Amino acid sequence: MQQEISFVEIAVIGGGPAGLCAALEAANAGARVVLLDRQDRLGGQLIKQTHRFFGSRSHRASERGINIAAELTGQVTSHPLIEALTGATVFGFYEDGVLGVEQEGRVFYLKPSRVIVATGASEKTLAFPNNDLPGIYGAGAVQTLVNVYGILPGKRVLMVGAGNIGVIVTYQLLQAGMEVAAIVEAAPGIGAYWVHAAKVRRAGVPIYTSHTIKRAYGGREVEGAVIWQLDEQGQPVPGTEKDFAVDTICLSVGLSPLVELLAQAGCRLAYVPQLGGHVPLRDANLQTTVPGVYVAGDAAGVEEASAAMMEGALAGLHAACSLGYGRAGYEARRRELQHQLDSLRSGPVGEKIRTGLARVLAG
Amino acid sequence: MRIEQHPVLEFRRGKKIKFTFDGKEYEGYEGETIAAALHAAGIRVMRESPVLHRPRGLFCAIGNCSSCLMTVNGEPNVRICVEKLRPGMVVESQKGKGVIYAAGN
Repeated sequence: MQQEISFVEIAVIGGGPAGLCAALEAANAGARVVLLDRQDRLGGQLIKQTHRFFGSRSHRASERGINIAAELTGQVTSHPLIEALTGATVFGFYEDGVLGVEQEGRVFYLKPSRVIVATGASEKTLAFPNNDLPGIYGAGAVQTLVNVYGILPGKRVLMVGAGNIGVIVTYQLLQAGMEVAAIVEAAPGIGAYWVHAAKVRRAGVPIYTSHTIKRAYGGREVEGAVIWQLDEQGQPVPGTEKDFAVDTICLSVGLSPLVELLAQAGCRLAYVPQLGGHVPLRDANLQTTVPGVYVAGDAAGVEEASAAMMEGALAGLHAACSLGYGRAGYEARRRELQHQLDSLRSGPVGEKIRTGLARVLAG
Repeated sequence: MRIEQHPVLEFRRGKKIKFTFDGKEYEGYEGETIAAALHAAGIRVMRESPVLHRPRGLFCAIGNCSSCLMTVNGEPNVRICVEKLRPGMVVESQKGKGVIYAAGN
């Protein structure tokens, strides 16, 4: 059979907040963009977010993720310089810079001048006895069932993890009509922003810090879970067990950047726990160690969606400029985007991210 | 179980679609994944693991983890968390690694 290969200016892999903003920024500068997403719709994790974002207006304060997704997706699909392909899986990034793509059973190849990898992150899991029982989900999976398809996976849930995702998803489950028995957090404190944690506390959900899940139990599906307390060294304290009759366990224990395509491309990676795991080294324009290959969003390090959008825009802007587009307004726009990113990462909340970034940024 | 009332979201469900799961007929909606339709029907056990024969279900819902593999229209190892429901689909619990049904099997 004949191999289809197309030359494109900029390929953006991943249609979440980072990819959408990368595509728009590059196309607005004049470059021709192909945006590929393996899901059947654009928006990534934004399509599951019913809570309002906060920050300044340029960070899309007070907008729900679902509305941001609709707005950005609308701009992308109506942009004359952007071709958006959904249900399109990029399965390979070859030495000669060619991308292999499968879409609805058809295989074709692209050779872009620039590639922006915005593949996001996947949920981590947690080791405990019976953690493979049906009824145990990553937090994102529960969000998909509830917020995208309108289906409750069960009646009563135990949430593991009191970071922003765990607490926000808890609130979303309460809104949808599920009962939340408790939130369990191994750390001594609640990692979530107080504005989110206060809502679930007011709703009567207890948050057990310095606790972890000891085991799940059930015949063929989850019927309950046992948690126990951890001491200052993080060791379980026998005798502190608490039992919860729940039919669902939701794990919100972190995200790992999806860097497989970057590794295939030959980008240098570093293991940086503050950013979620293995992430690529890059410069201030988010260009990796492979010229012409950029990274943005959670694939570059796990942060808030607002940061993903700014990073995407920054990568798209530079990719387009490096091809000769939009040079006139480049420096002013770059400074504006960088300023917004720095603002998002400022203060004590951003300390972990700044520490992680210091390890991967090259001059 | 389907959500009928939500304070923020409106679920605009498409056309009803019939499919079978392990020989029994069920209904889902156009635009849903197989996993969503099964969960709506209260089905969370999707397969049996190859060596220990433990029940397995949905975990990640974005096609990454290989926990929800099922046999669909005779094809094994379909990631039903991202596979859309289509009319007349024959969905089967998968035992182990799955076998491709072919003449002579």
